[in-house]
Amino acid sequence: MPKVKIPTPLRQYTGGNTEVEVDGATAGEALGNLASEHPDLRQHLYTGDGKLRSFVNVYKGDEDIRYLEGQETEVAEGDEISIIPSIAGGSAEGRCK
Amino acid sequence: MPLKIGAGDLGQIHDHAREAYPEECAGALVGADSGDIKVVVDVWRAENTHEEERNRRFLIEPLEVKKFEEQAEEQDMVLLGFYHSHPDHPAEPSEYDREHAWPGYSYVIASLGAENVEDLRSWTLRDDRSGYDEEPIVG
Repeated sequence: MPKVKIPTPLRQYTGGNTEVEVDGATAGEALGNLASEHPDLRQHLYTGDGKLRSFVNVYKGDEDIRYLEGQETEVAEGDEISIIPSIAGGSAEGRCK
Repeated sequence: MPLKIGAGDLGQIHDHAREAYPEECAGALVGADSGDIKVVVDVWRAENTHEEERNRRFLIEPLEVKKFEEQAEEQDMVLLGFYHSHPDHPAEPSEYDREHAWPGYSYVIASLGAENVEDLRSWTLRDDRSGYDEEPIVG
């Protein structure tokens, strides 16, 4: 089974585990199974219509799956998938002090 | 949970916010989390790589976040959260902040004008993503 590395903010939903083994032949399947096994995690990975949130980055080894086959990227026994946050934000438009 | 930030680290956030003005600055807060209090031991500057409107947007790339996580672990610390500035806007999270926030992290926001940081507050995202709770900052 592939392993998924869990970033600090999501470890509270995986019982503190930094790495979780999940079934799945593709990165998308592995993430879906991770969210099914840890349901509180789902809303932080996916939007209401089931798409991965834009600031959730998924790497297979050192490569962003966006530059591979996306969620269809094949994963095998022992492959390491990492969920890596990007951090974004900013102030409200037009609302000056 | 209270967030403890010493005067030296607060000063570094203020300096970064002033240097970046009128653009937003951003960086990481690292230290220890005892379960009762989060103690900031160091603040690390990040590059704001947002392509446009950096006066009201910031972005820290995933590989930089990964580097912060790894560096913190190497030094027996944890990545507690992030700071960013709101030039000419209040030290409160925007809707845009909420859409992009992660649970568990502290989000310190510094509000500043052209000269000085006027307000600095810390927030955490609620588990259900419905909004933020403010956390007290202690010195």
